[in-house]
Amino acid sequence: MEQSEVMERVVKILTPWVKDEGALANVGMETNILEDLKVNSARLVDVVIAFEDDFDIEIADEDVDKVNTVGDAVTLISAKL
Amino acid sequence: MVPQQEPFRFIDEILELDDEHIVATYTFREDHDFYRGHFPGNPITPGVILTETAAQAVVVAFGIALVARESGRNEVEKLLTIFTDCEVDFSGTVKPGDRVTTTGKKKFWRRKKLRAEFEMKLDDGTVVCSGEVSGMGVPR
Repeated sequence: MEQSEVMERVVKILTPWVKDEGALANVGMETNILEDLKVNSARLVDVVIAFEDDFDIEIADEDVDKVNTVGDAVTLISAKL
Repeated sequence: MVPQQEPFRFIDEILELDDEHIVATYTFREDHDFYRGHFPGNPITPGVILTETAAQAVVVAFGIALVARESGRNEVEKLLTIFTDCEVDFSGTVKPGDRVTTTGKKKFWRRKKLRAEFEMKLDDGTVVCSGEVSGMGVPR
């Protein structure tokens, strides 16, 4: 799967939890999920489970701690596909 | 070990508890202060209180049990369970003096976050609310 497709799906999955919808217009690999998109940190587990379901992968809890940006998520997911 | 206490404690008894589910009861005292305003002359338990009642059983008590089983009782003392999100449908009313029984079933338990589906019933079997509640343990 092309990284751009992973990116597109990651952003689509994140969208329901994004509090700053304006930030979605300029979303990129460097976009911070919590600080820029204002996703509630309490929702990170929901996001990770959604990633797992959508991409049919498993993400270890210790890997979740490394995900800060959209790019981190794309890289992590791409490595598991 | 549930930290909520009177007048904001809505668990009387835990009837069943294992890794997958919990069943708890609470009887709403007729002298709860909120009945004076909700509503004058027609006291009905507020939906937010029913949601809190469900959360105390299904998120707080159940979550404490899961933390204790996973990491030991000492870990429980280090964490405070916060209510994070919910989706609740209300289908009945609860009057002063009514007893409700809440049954919660785990949907996921991960990174100290618990989501459970629940159903709350009166003693006559009427479902008063149902849905999902979530919470997570954070350092005190």
